[in-house]
This record gives sequence, C-alpha cells and structure tokens, in this order.
Amino acid sequence: MKLLIAVKRVIDYNVKPRVKSDGTGVDLANVKMSMNPFDEIAVEEAIRLKEKGVATEIVAVSIGPAKATETLRTALAMGADRAILIQTDDDLEPLAVAKLLAKVAEEEQPGMFILGKQAIDDDSNQTGQMLAALLGWSQGTFASKVEVDGDSVSVTREVDGGLETVKLKLPTVVTTDLRLNEPRYASLPNIMKAKSKPLAQKTPADYGVDTTPRLTIVKVVEPSKRQAGVKVASVDELIGKLKTLGVVA
Amino acid sequence: MKTLVLVEHEGGKVKDATLATVTAASKLGEVHLLVAGKDVSGVAQDAAKIAGVGKVHVADDDAYGHGLAENVAPLAAQLMADHDAFLAPATTTGKNIAPRVAALLDVMQISEILSVESEDTFTRPIYAGNAIATVKSSDAKKVITVRGTAFEKAAAEGGSGTIETVASAGDKALSSFVGAELSKSERPELTSAKIIVSGGRAFGSSEQFHALLDPLADKLKAGVGASRAAVDAGYAPNDYQVGQTGKIVAPEVYVAIGISGAIQHLAGMKDSKVIIAINKDEDAPIFQVADVGLVGDLFKIVPELTEKL
Repeated sequence: MKLLIAVKRVIDYNVKPRVKSDGTGVDLANVKMSMNPFDEIAVEEAIRLKEKGVATEIVAVSIGPAKATETLRTALAMGADRAILIQTDDDLEPLAVAKLLAKVAEEEQPGMFILGKQAIDDDSNQTGQMLAALLGWSQGTFASKVEVDGDSVSVTREVDGGLETVKLKLPTVVTTDLRLNEPRYASLPNIMKAKSKPLAQKTPADYGVDTTPRLTIVKVVEPSKRQAGVKVASVDELIGKLKTLGVVA
Repeated sequence: MKTLVLVEHEGGKVKDATLATVTAASKLGEVHLLVAGKDVSGVAQDAAKIAGVGKVHVADDDAYGHGLAENVAPLAAQLMADHDAFLAPATTTGKNIAPRVAALLDVMQISEILSVESEDTFTRPIYAGNAIATVKSSDAKKVITVRGTAFEKAAAEGGSGTIETVASAGDKALSSFVGAELSKSERPELTSAKIIVSGGRAFGSSEQFHALLDPLADKLKAGVGASRAAVDAGYAPNDYQVGQTGKIVAPEVYVAIGISGAIQHLAGMKDSKVIIAINKDEDAPIFQVADVGLVGDLFKIVPELTEKL
C-alpha cells in the first residue's frame, strides 16, 4: 500500500518563541526552523511500515513557503520516496490544509495518511481529524502503536485515562503521538541521495481549493509572566514556606 | 446564540471537563448539551442538573458506546443545524471529535480557548503558551474546544434541563473499539487535583519514581504527574504527562521534582497557583517560574519532606 505523510516546517522546538512588539505574531525572522517533531514521528512510522513490507511507497507532502522544500528533503533523506510541495506564502489554517491534503489523497489513493497530531507553532491539533472527515475515512488520533492487519489497522491511542485501542478500516488517517517511535537521523549518503529524489511543485490553485482564512488574528501578546520566587536552603524552611502559603497545616 | 456542548462521560458519570465547557458556552448564549453513549439515561439526568443547562439531547445507541469520532461527529454535525456553536472540552475525547465536526460543517475550529471575548472573538494559546492569540472567527457557526483550567466549573447541581431523545445517526462502520488500558488510581485525576507532585528524569528509574513520589503524594493527597522525559524513559505511564502535548493542569500547588523546566513542560503547568521546585541544578529554568525553590538532591530531600510533613 502507498503511504502519504504530511510534514510542516515550524520553529525549532528548542527555540523560545518571541512575540513581535507590534502584536501581530511571533517573530520568525532569523529563527532556526525544523520539521514539526510530531511529523518526524509520522515519517519514521511510514518508513518502518515500508521496512516491514506493509508499505510499498511513501509520498511526503508539505504546504508552505519555498523553504519547506528543505523539510521535504529531510523526509526524503530519512526514507520517503518522493515529495510534493504545495507552495504558498500565506499561513494556511488547518481546514484549508486538510482540504488540500484531501485532494492529494484523492489523486494518490494511499492506504494510510500519517500526520503529526499537532504542529508546535499553532498547537491546533485539527488537521488529521478534518482530513479524515473530508475523505469520509476512519481516524486513529494520538497513536502510540500502529499495526496493519489485512484491510484494517489496529491503532493504540494515548488518551487522558491511559491507552485505548481501536480497529480502523483502511484507508485511514493516523496522527502520531510522542511514544509511537523514535525518529532516525538521516545519514550523510541518504541526505545526498535525497537531492535526486523527485519533488513535485504545486500551488493551492492547482487543486482548486479556496484557502481564504476563516479566522483573523486580532493580536498576539505575551502571556503574563510569573515572578521567580524565593529559594530556601532546607526542607524545614520549605515546610515553613508551605505553611505560610497555607499549603500544609 | 444557541450552543451545543459535548458531554464527556465515563462509567456513567459526567466528567469535570464538561462543567468548565458549560461555563464557556454560557458566555455565548443558551446552553444545550449532547450526551452520546450507550445506556446513558443516568448521565443525561445528571447532565440536566448542571446549572444553566437548557435542553439535553440524548443519543443512546451501541454506535456511541465508546465515543468513536467517526460516529459521534456526524450526529453532532446534524444537531448543529439548530445550534450556532459547538463546544467540547479540550481533552483527548474533545480533540478527537471536534475537528471532525468542524470539517463536516466546513468551519475552522478555534482550539483550546482561554477566554470568550465576544460572540466571535476568543483567546487561545499558541507556541506552547509562549504567546496568546486573540482570534476572530468569520464562520457562521463556531466549533470550539475549551481549556478546562481557564474557566470556572459550572455547578453540577441546581439546573433543570429538559431531556430530549435524538435518533441515532447510525454506525458508520469505519471503526470499532477493541479495548482500553486505563490507569487505575485512588489518587485524584491530574486535571482536577488540588495538589500535584510531578517527577522528572532525575529519578533514574520507575522504581525510584514510585518509591519516592507515591508516599509524598499520599501525604499531600496529591495527584502524580511526570515530565515528558520521565514518561519517555518509562518511569510513568503516558497519562501522567504534563505539558504542551500532554495534560494542562492548574492546581493550587504544583511540586516539580527533578524537572528542569523545558518550555514544553512549563506550558502544561505554569498557571498553577503555587509552584514549588526541587532540583539539584540551581540554574534549572524551573526556578524562574517557581514560587519556592530548593536546590539539592531529591533522593535526600523527598524522603525528608515526606517524613516531616
């Protein structure tokens, strides 16, 4: 079966985001950008399914600026076979992204579409579920284990109370949680090889999708800051403090 | 405005996250509830008692027995013909279902709102809570998930909603429930605990994590949480994780032990009323948000603290 994976170029997870002083957003100029960590897990899972012989081809899709090509090359270096960049300089909302990905899915007819459960920039946690709804497919969100068995897949999900397993009809959408796998690093020879793997360039207009935003960002501000408190020198002092704060009697 | 709130329930009980969502919905207008499940007449009756609730729509069918999004979302989307906003708690259940409802309605969801500014304007955290965005929606209908710690809980008693049965939208036969491994604990749930003691990778092993933290949690009647590092290392199960992509908590007191304080962890607990940090590294970022910090060896400090409390 063919696998589709979606990858997003986002601020590197080690960088502390800074809000722009004019309140229009977060400053991304000269900030290190990387593949969304949850998407790395999606790429890795696809590669493992291919290594197991379950998957035959892996196609990575990214929607974003020209620089998202780098993100796609990373996916190719890890082991994806080919890539599609839907290029736009607009900041597309999850609904528009899901509509574009649904069009790609209709063209490519994958058995499974694997995405990160959320991007660490807008923290929306929507695209996978929306994609499944638009395609009328099943969904296995927040996956910590994926096992394909014939025409269905069993997905173990990380839920608030622990773990839950569901059986999903294929084709399906899976969104990854942190414990699904540990993504590999691309080796230097594979990074070199990735440069010659096919990468198709498209635009949202090619798919006839209206990407007009539904939400307007009125302003972006820094959250109220906590003041660092006091340091105490001993457990007795700590308990004393806790008593003053009314935490313990 | 007429709102429809997804009631999250488990074992025949309405879960607390629903109550905060009701409060958010009441800021928009009339509050109606959706109870979908199997054998949920008791849940519906309890839900009707939540203060401020108008109508309770109940769909009782095998198809809703395990809250599968593939079945619940079309039901909710159908009911949205008569409602203006759909709200779900930002729990794993709500996050699984709400975007599916939004896509069926061709609406862009507003995730994890912190406040209702007006009928179409809300605030929500982005970048792991390092920025707060005010967003205005132009969609005719709204689909929203609600961060439970940002709203007071509506009173569970005092309401007198009317219960109305809704026909099942049927089993879409896309998915089925196989099983669940739910953590059983006598301790308070993280999202509603008054006190949380949370451990990081510094504990070194699952045995030490539990041997040291459990007695302290027992003494304080606290819930037990963990950093992502501790969960990844296998010291604690996934549902202990506090942070950007785990649970968001805001207890009266959060005790972070052996947790350095990565921004992803801070995103999940920095709204706690009092933060106490115990860490051997005096430069750990956790001390920048802690009200009270103690630098030292947790293997000495935690047993001493447990004993002296």
